[in-house]
Amino acid sequence: MDPAFSTADLSAIWLTCKLATVVTVILLLVGTPIAWWLARTRTWWKGAVGAVVALPIVLPPTVIGFYLLVAMGPNGPLGQLTQSAGLGVLPFTFAGLVVASVIYSLPFVVQPLQNAFEAIPERALETAATLRASALDTFFSVALPLARPGLLTAAVLGFAHTVGEFGVVLMIGGNIPDQTRVVSVQIYDHVEAMEYAQAHWLSAAMVLFSFVVLLLLYTLNPTGRRK
Amino acid sequence: MIHARFDLAYPGFTLDVDMRLPSRGVTALFGPSGSGKTTLLRCIAGLERAEGGLLRVQDEVWQEGGKFLDTHRRPLGYVFQEASLFPHLSVRRNLEYGWRRIAPEKRKVHLEQVVLLLGLRKLIDRKDPSGLSGGERQRVAIGRALLTSPSLLLMDEPLSALDSASKQEIFPYLERLHGELDIPVLYVSHALDEVARLADHLVLLEQGRVIASGTLSETLSRLDLPTAHLDDAGAVIEAKVAMHDEAYHLSRLDFSGGNLWVSKVERAAGTVMRARILARDVSVAIAAPHGSSIANILAARIDGIEDEGPDRVNLRLALGGECILLSRITRRSRDRLGLAVGMEVYAQVKSVALIA
Repeated sequence: MDPAFSTADLSAIWLTCKLATVVTVILLLVGTPIAWWLARTRTWWKGAVGAVVALPIVLPPTVIGFYLLVAMGPNGPLGQLTQSAGLGVLPFTFAGLVVASVIYSLPFVVQPLQNAFEAIPERALETAATLRASALDTFFSVALPLARPGLLTAAVLGFAHTVGEFGVVLMIGGNIPDQTRVVSVQIYDHVEAMEYAQAHWLSAAMVLFSFVVLLLLYTLNPTGRRK
Repeated sequence: MIHARFDLAYPGFTLDVDMRLPSRGVTALFGPSGSGKTTLLRCIAGLERAEGGLLRVQDEVWQEGGKFLDTHRRPLGYVFQEASLFPHLSVRRNLEYGWRRIAPEKRKVHLEQVVLLLGLRKLIDRKDPSGLSGGERQRVAIGRALLTSPSLLLMDEPLSALDSASKQEIFPYLERLHGELDIPVLYVSHALDEVARLADHLVLLEQGRVIASGTLSETLSRLDLPTAHLDDAGAVIEAKVAMHDEAYHLSRLDFSGGNLWVSKVERAAGTVMRARILARDVSVAIAAPHGSSIANILAARIDGIEDEGPDRVNLRLALGGECILLSRITRRSRDRLGLAVGMEVYAQVKSVALIA
């Protein structure tokens, strides 16, 4: 019998893990300030920003993928930018996939973080201020530690959601081995080629992975309240 | 000297205050809820921004014109109504939070000192502050504020969220604070007994305005202020322990207007104590009473009479040496005895509460 995973499968799994890790790190770095701002601001355009961040939840991935493809293409604004910076164009590269995934998974990181930040009582931040902590100091010494459950949720959801994406990858990355061929695309290829056994193995692995991730999320963080 | 001038208008609330306060001792900001005490304290802390306000503490300008020092740059301590300990930090880390954030040469108050002063020895190694009782949490919060060596300590009803047992537990610590540290305190309260115990100076607030400001005993002895109409209205007198009567288990306290016999206090002769005498515990007689069980009868002169509701009047009684007592009697008694301002009477004191 053939080994469960072919070399191409393993390469796809490795690429997927790499992508999800890079994307999660970037998402936490980008999403945390956005979530903090959304949680604290009282400007009227907070709603608009929140809506834009949440768009990927409702839009078909193909729509996001399409616009990103256009924007990152040789004539798109992002494409112009990357070319003038000497980076070439991003579509059909790993970097392009990272950019697209960050945008696509942003709400899954921003929203749990925003909820966690909003749950921090104003009083805790005021107390820190009366104890000589500057705004930045308060953020790192009080807000982030108190938002830790939300941070964990955000990281897990961002990672898992990136692993599970398909439509955006296909639009932006296409299907280049070791570059953009992630597990979801690999499964699609297997099915196209009628390799149902291989498709089964990979799909089952995805199901198992997703279950374990969600299990971790729910057991580590039962009600969002720390013990 | 602390000079504060704030002018703030919210829908349904205005704060219009211009006051100068002594920069020593405890100053109580007293008033009913909604009178602006907390808002005033928050303005002083810089947690609330009153545009155009002015705030000078000793020689430092905290706010004036375009200058506004952010809260974390003001050398103050703030104790909130609820203790607000950081739940993710141990008790020790909570205590050290502000201490770590000030320059080492500015650390005048030390951890060991605060631990002793507030009885924190058993609490300091607790990992999780959420296991502490309300009174313990508030003691840690006070210690945490003190450890920033503030030049002004702001306390916003620090006892109001506590049950009366915790309150009694924490009072002695607050009184010691008063005695041992030379940090001026602004103490917001709507409880007269707290104020009478702790304050040296009293500022009365009503609807966002200061209606009176003066020393505690002076202000509490005025009949024209709302404090005179409270159920527990009364005068505060500073008196010195003069002698103990071991046989009857009594102590005599001397003050400029006479002396008071009270249940024996465990204090050395010469100790100055604060005695609070409620108006409802003082009755008057026009002749020296004979055969009375009341031990404390003081010669006094009626200095003022004000109606207190339809059935009662408040009397202001001047003892010798500028000491004042308040007395609350029925209107009928006033008329039957023909009491009038200037009359010499005898004040019969039924009960004295001793503080510190």
